[in-house]
Formats: sequence, structure tokens, C-alpha cells
Amino acid sequence: MIEFIQNHILTTITFLPIFGAIILLFVPREKEEFIRYYTVVLTTLVFLISLPILLGFQSGTSAFQFQEKVNWIPSLGIHYHLGVDGISLLMVMLTTFLMPIVILSSWTYIQKRVKEYMIVFLMLETGMLGVFLSLDMVLFYIFWEGMLIPMYFIIGVWGGPRRIYAALKFFIYTMFGGVLMLVAVITLYFIHYHATGVYSFDFLDIQSVLLPVRSQFWLFLAFALAFAIKVPMFPFHTWLPDAHVEAPTGGSVILAGVLLKMGTYGFLRFCLTLFPNVSTEFVGLISVLAIIGIIYGALVSMVQPDLKKLVAYSSVSHLGYVMLGIFALTIEGLQGGIIQMVNHGLSTGALFLMVGMIYERRHTRMISDFGGLAKQIPIFATFFMIITLSSIGLPGLNGFVGEFLILLGTFEAHKIFAIFAATGVILGAVYMLWMYHRVNFGPLDKDENKKLKDLNLREIAVLVPIVLVIFWIGLYPRYFMDKTEKSVTDLLKNRQAKLEQVLSLEKQPSLKLVLKDSFTK
Amino acid sequence: MDLIIPQINFAAIAPVLTVMITATVILLIGLFLPRIQREILAIVGIIGLIITLKELGSMWGKHLTGFGGMVGNDNITLAFQLIFIVAAFLAILLALNQVEIEYVSYGEFYALLLFALSGMMVMVQGLNLLVVFLGLELFSISLYVLTGFRKMRADSIEAALKYFLLGAFSTGFLLYGIALIYGATGSFTFEGMLNYVNAHGFTNVMFVAGIVLFMIGLSFKAALVPFHQWTPDVYQGAPTPITAFMSVGAKAAAFAVLIRLFVSVAAFSPREWTIAIWVLAFLTMTVGNVVAIVQRNIKRMLAYSSIAHAGYILVAVLAGNEMGRSAILFYLLAYTFMNLGAFGVVSYLGVSGKVENLKIESYRGIGYKYPFAALAMAVFMFSLAGVPPTAGFVGKFYMFSAALKAGFVWLVILSVLNSVMSAYYYLRVVVAMYMQEPEGGKIFQLPSTSWGVGLALLIAMLGVLYMGIFPSSMMALFQKTAVLISFI
Repeated sequence: MIEFIQNHILTTITFLPIFGAIILLFVPREKEEFIRYYTVVLTTLVFLISLPILLGFQSGTSAFQFQEKVNWIPSLGIHYHLGVDGISLLMVMLTTFLMPIVILSSWTYIQKRVKEYMIVFLMLETGMLGVFLSLDMVLFYIFWEGMLIPMYFIIGVWGGPRRIYAALKFFIYTMFGGVLMLVAVITLYFIHYHATGVYSFDFLDIQSVLLPVRSQFWLFLAFALAFAIKVPMFPFHTWLPDAHVEAPTGGSVILAGVLLKMGTYGFLRFCLTLFPNVSTEFVGLISVLAIIGIIYGALVSMVQPDLKKLVAYSSVSHLGYVMLGIFALTIEGLQGGIIQMVNHGLSTGALFLMVGMIYERRHTRMISDFGGLAKQIPIFATFFMIITLSSIGLPGLNGFVGEFLILLGTFEAHKIFAIFAATGVILGAVYMLWMYHRVNFGPLDKDENKKLKDLNLREIAVLVPIVLVIFWIGLYPRYFMDKTEKSVTDLLKNRQAKLEQVLSLEKQPSLKLVLKDSFTK
Repeated sequence: MDLIIPQINFAAIAPVLTVMITATVILLIGLFLPRIQREILAIVGIIGLIITLKELGSMWGKHLTGFGGMVGNDNITLAFQLIFIVAAFLAILLALNQVEIEYVSYGEFYALLLFALSGMMVMVQGLNLLVVFLGLELFSISLYVLTGFRKMRADSIEAALKYFLLGAFSTGFLLYGIALIYGATGSFTFEGMLNYVNAHGFTNVMFVAGIVLFMIGLSFKAALVPFHQWTPDVYQGAPTPITAFMSVGAKAAAFAVLIRLFVSVAAFSPREWTIAIWVLAFLTMTVGNVVAIVQRNIKRMLAYSSIAHAGYILVAVLAGNEMGRSAILFYLLAYTFMNLGAFGVVSYLGVSGKVENLKIESYRGIGYKYPFAALAMAVFMFSLAGVPPTAGFVGKFYMFSAALKAGFVWLVILSVLNSVMSAYYYLRVVVAMYMQEPEGGKIFQLPSTSWGVGLALLIAMLGVLYMGIFPSSMMALFQKTAVLISFI
């Protein structure tokens, strides 16, 4: 048993949750208390098992570690291939770290259909980890799409009044992007076959193929659309506010914390490496869209009367930074992007948690219904302050590290983009602090607010780990940057080499024709 | 004068004979023991099917021919027959639950169902167009009767009449097509067509007209747009287990012949042929999906969805490569599980008292009252929509890969967008089951049900998940069948 886990640690963390979910199917639904404890223990266990991945991770190499590879559908060259590198490591850890927190935060919020709630969350964890760990394109796609099912249920069953609309919109939007990506994946598979004579969907195999610019263009568009919808980038973001506002707190936290990162992760992992030439040409367009997202998200957040919507739109803004960092195509930019992905997961996740906590007490999320809460519930206000500041990017907290690196990386590459993006930092501070001010300061003039109870022990236990990591990243980012540095550097180096190779090939018409044929065939 | 005595090889039609004998036995039991429990009839039928399966297994790879080359059993034939048998097996179990046909003899019902099955089996093993026609008529006539089996109900009678009239009409097309092909080539066999095309191409108008009419006859059975008009009414009016059976079996049989036709003719085909099938595939799936979106009756919705699925299968037919053929087989088996399963849930939930619960709205809230049926339905809906990790996804993935391999990039893009569109209406069922409160707060009560339905749904659900998560064994099997079509 122990030996199996040691040898198959990635499989264990990926499938332990869904295995637990299957067991949960046979637990009578009346035993709600047991079901809650069971799920928290199980997700904590997954987190503990995932710790050796972080601790045993070799920073000195960009190769995939803890790899597992088994033939799955040999006749089509589809493998069960998992592995982790510096790019996915932090995403995996973020997922396993947030899951017990989310389950704990849903302790009293979810009162109906507790068993089903826990089952879909466990299924979701398997899906999310699978996306980050898969090194086979089909396996990746299966987790990517399969994960829609639990999220769809989370929004649709436990969500707010417009939950059905939001759930359908989420599903259809994401699936729309996904299927086009699938067509591109299959096309890549045949191109790889024509180039090498081997049928394989393995990412490491497909990555080695040199694509002519023309085919890169279409394939890049298909991949980028899928990921841009998921991120979501302006103008594909319209599903996000609906999904966030309607989802239950746990759903919002996971959506913001992990699901959106799949989009940016996809850009990093696939778009940059598979299509080096075209992704370089798209830097301008994507950066501009990212900046529009940053500023637009911030401006829309500013005028939101609803706390949850405000946080939702702030996600659009924050993810804009991540995209900008990734497409700066510099080491600092990429590293900042990765760190910012983690940061956003922590701080926005925590903001959703706190909005959920106050909503549970007051059954409203309107900013105008609050005011002066700091006097009544100081512990809440203190945590809220820390997390607000982390979201703004105060030096010493995590947000600063990410934003600073991104701006630095962008400035190196394109000064004008960095200048525009920096205005977003100011706007971010404006809407967050203004919101904080209206909620927590001022006179405590609403009668309902005078009866509010401060955070209980469980809620503090939910927030403390997040705050600790926020400080950890803020004060000692070196630890996390070391983990990612080698992978990022090599990624940029390899894609640059590939880019030049393709360019040199394009000059030789014979080879170009061969490659072009393989695409049109 | 030489008297040619055709070489008759009964071993080549042993599976068909077994099914027919089983049907006759059931008919006789029903006749002499009219009060016998229907479960016993079902068990007799299932035993017959199991024997048939064993026979199929023993014939694997032997390529038996019989009746002077009029029938042949290459592996692709056997694979199709396997699919029909699985469909019949599930339909027999599902039919145990039909309260509405309780007063009619179950013996006749099951016998007809098995006769329909034998017709499909004959049709796919026919190497001669007349045998194909024989099989087609055998299963069509059985299905006409079965459609009208609920003889006290107007919609059932209407469906049967409609199916019969239009079916007879389309059979006319088919037969006329065969006649023209014979007139042009002087042969009734696929092989004869192949030789003729090799020698003369597509210059003879009579031959081309024959092929087109033959195609129209098949398109009717496979419910391809624009020959689909009968489908929703017939599917709605027929007893649900029969709907389930014919939505899979009749379609698969038509596709089997289509594949043979394609292999014998299309390899040398003019561009027009490809364009025609391209358009047919696109129209079929798009019309099916668009119209399904506005349906409120779940049986009609599934009817249009089955039209759309025929369109997807046609994409793989068009691919025309080995991969496409094995993908079609894989998909048809997956489709058997998911579509029969979905109709199975409809049939299970449909029978409460006098009125059938067929409105999608009436499914509201059943996720918590009938959790197993709802879970199964959700699995089938996700599978029909092609969401991983279900068989429907792997099947579509496989078929579209084959089409991409053959270079039909745009058609594949249109197909995947179509499946996104289809997700909308499949999800509506899931929405109703899990996310909406029942009208008036009350959910219908179901009478106690037979074990058969539960078993059928369980098998179908496990089939969908197994083929979705561990597809390799099935894929390997079908790949072996599709590598080579021994007889055409």
C-alpha cells in the first residue's frame, strides 16, 4: 500500500478523491455529520499525500518528475501519462491545499443534499488535479471536459436564484471552446504521425514536432479560444460573473481559485510551447486584451453594489495580469504569472470565503447593507483587511510579488504595456479599499448589523492557513520561485530554439511542402 | 442444360436460425400457456440470445459463406450482429415493464421483436441485394406491427400506419434501385457492382439512378434528413422499448449496408458522391439538433437526437477508411447502450397510471425521489452529448478522428459545434431532474416495477462507463473487424 503510494503518488492524489466519492455513494444520506467529517479528512489526506511532491521536487531540472506512463488505448496511441514540473507543481499544491478549506467552509452553508455536494466536490478535485498532471493530450482533454460535470452541478443545484441559467452558460461556453481544441488536438496527432510515423497523443512527443507557421496559426487559434474562455479573457468573460454570483461559496472559491487557472495554465503549457512562432506574433493582441481586461475589470468592480460581483469582476482584472505576464515571454513575466496564479487563488478564494461568511449571517451581499462592521466583528474585519491588502498587492504580502514580477517582465519586453497595466494597480487599490471602507468603517447604523456574531473557531481555522501562505509568499517568495525557475527558463529557451528552427525550415520549400501536406491531408 | 445446385451452408445462417427458432418457441409457449408469466418468456428469449452470441463467437474469423455466396459472415457482419443482439437483449428486459401492453400477449410481442432482430441480422449478412431486401422487409414488417402494438391507443395506431405507409414507399424506392442496378450491371451482388464500377465508372445513368434510389431507401431506414419525417411520430407512438430497439437496430442495419455500398462503390466515386454525403451528414445532424432544442416531449426530443446521431455516424462513413469503420462499430455499440438506456429510463418513468409522464417538465425533482433512474439518465444524457468520461465521448472522438484523417476538417468542426448545441437540450433533462422543484411540489408515483428494467438500466449504464473509461478492448475488437471487409 505505502509502496504503491510512493511509486504512484500522482495517481494516488488524483484518484483518491473520486474513489472516496464512490464510497460516499453508499453512505446513507442522513448521516450528514459523518459525511462532512469524512470529506474533510479525505481531502486533508490528499493534501498531506501531495506534500512530498512539493518537498521532493527537484528544482534543478525542467524535466517532468514523478512520471507515470501506462498504455491506455494502445490502438490509438493514447497513454495514461502523468507528471509534474515547475509549471504545474504550484497549481497542484494550490488545488490540494484549497480543497479541505472549501469543504470546511461549506460546513454550515450547505444544509440540503450534503452527500451529493461532497460527492461532486470530490469528483471535481480529481478532475482539476488530472488537468494539471496529464501529459497526454487526450487524457488532458478528458479531465478538462469531464470536470465540467461536477462544476455544472455545483452551480446548478446549490446556487442562487439564477443558477440554472448560470450553470448552462458555464457549461456551453466552456464546452464550445473545448471541442474546437479537441479538433486541434486530433489534427496535431496526425501531423505528428506524418512527421514521425508514430501514432501518439503524448504531449512530449507532439511537442517535438515542428509545425509550419500556417498550420500553427489555426491550431493556435483553436487552443487559445478554449483557454481564453476559461481564463476568462476579455471579451470572453461574460459567463464568469454569472457563474460566480450564482455559485455557492465553495463553488466560487474553487472556480476562482483553481478552475480559472486552467486557462492560463493551458496557455503556458500548450500555446507557448506547441506554437512558438504564432504565439509570439499574437503577443500584441493578447497583451492588449489583457490590459483591457485589467482596466475594464477594475472599472466594473468599482461600481458593483454586490460584494460577490465585485470580487468576480476583480478576477477578470487579476487574470489580465497573469495573461500579460505570460505573454511578456520573459523569465520574470512567466514566473510572475505563475506566482500571480497562486496569489489570485489564495486572495480571491479567501475573499469569496469571507463574502460567504458574511452572507450566511446577514443573507445579503449588498455593500450598502453594511457599514461599521469593524466595530461589531473585529476579527472578521482584520482578516478581511489582510486579504484585501493581499489582493491589492501591498509589499510584504503575496500579491505584490506577483504583480511586481509581471510588471517587471512586461516592462522589459514592452514598456508601453507595462505603463498601462500599472494604472490597473491603482484602480485595483481604489475599488478594493473603497469597498473595504464602505463595509467595515463608518457608523454602525443598521440594526441587523448590531447583532452580528464574529467569526467562530471553524471559520478562523479556514482562514488562518490561507493567511499564513499569503505571508509566506509575500516575505519569502524565493522558495516558490526556485521551484518554477528552471522550468520557466527552459520553456522559454526551448520555444525560442523551436521558433528559429521553424523559421529556417520555412526557407526551404521542400520541407515546408512536406509539412504543409501533412496538415492538409 | 446444366443444373446448378447452389451450395447451401446452414452453418452460415446458424445465428439467424437460432433467433428464429427462439421466436417460434416463444410464440408457441404464448399460444399454449397464455397465462404464463412474462418473465419466463423473457428468460427464454434471453437464453436464445446467449446461444446466438456463442455461435457468433465460434464463427469469428472464419468468413463462412452460404447459399451460393448470397450470405457471408465476415467479421464486420458479426460485429453488427453483436450490436443488434445487445439491443434486443436490453429491449426484452425493458419491455417487462410495459403496463400498457399488459393485456396483449407477451408471446407475440417478444416473438415479433426477435423476428425483427433476425431480419436485421439477415440484412447485414446479405452479399446479394435481394437478401438485403429480404432482411429489410423482415425487420420492417415486424416493426410496423410492434409500433401499433398498443391497439387501444390512437397515437400508437397512427404511428404504425404512418410508419407502414412511408416505409412501404421507401421500400419501393429501394427495390426500384435494386432493379436499376441489376439492369445496368446484370448482377445483384455488391461484388458485381464493384466490378462494374471498375470497368465502366459512373457513366451509365441507369446505374447512377439505381444507386441513388437505393441510397434513398436506406436513408429512410436510417432516418437521415430529409428522409426523417416519420421518425418523431413513430418514435412517440410506439411502445417505448420498441422505440428504443428500432432507434438503434434499424439504424445500425441501414448503416451496415451503407458501409458495404460505400466500400464497393465509393472508392472510385466522383466528387459529387462525396459532396452529397457531406451535405446529407451536415443536414442530418443540424436539423436533428436544432429541432430537438424546441421539443417538450422527451420521446420526440430523443427522436430528433437520434436523427442527429445518424448525422455524426455519416461523417465517419464519409471518412471511408478503416479507422472510420471501426469507429462506426464502436459508436453504434456505445449508442446502443446510451440510447436504449435513455429510452429505458423514459419507459420506466413513463408508466404511472393512465397518463404517460413524457413532458420534460414532469421530470422535475426526480433526482431525489428516484435517484438510481435519475443517475442513469444523467449518465446517458452526458454520454449522448459526448462529454467525457463516457462512451459517447470516446465514440465521437474516434469517429471524428477518422474523418480528420480523411481530411474533412470543416465537416468535423461543424460536427463538434453541433454536439455543443446538442448539449443544451440534453442538459435540460439533467436540469429538470436535479435543479428544478417539481410542479406543485409533488412528484408522480411509480407502480412497483419489474427487475428487468433495473437490470437493463444497470447494464446500459455500466456499458457506457466501461466503454468510456476502458475503451481499448472494444476498440481492438472492432479494429480487427474493420481492417478488411472480406466480402463485398
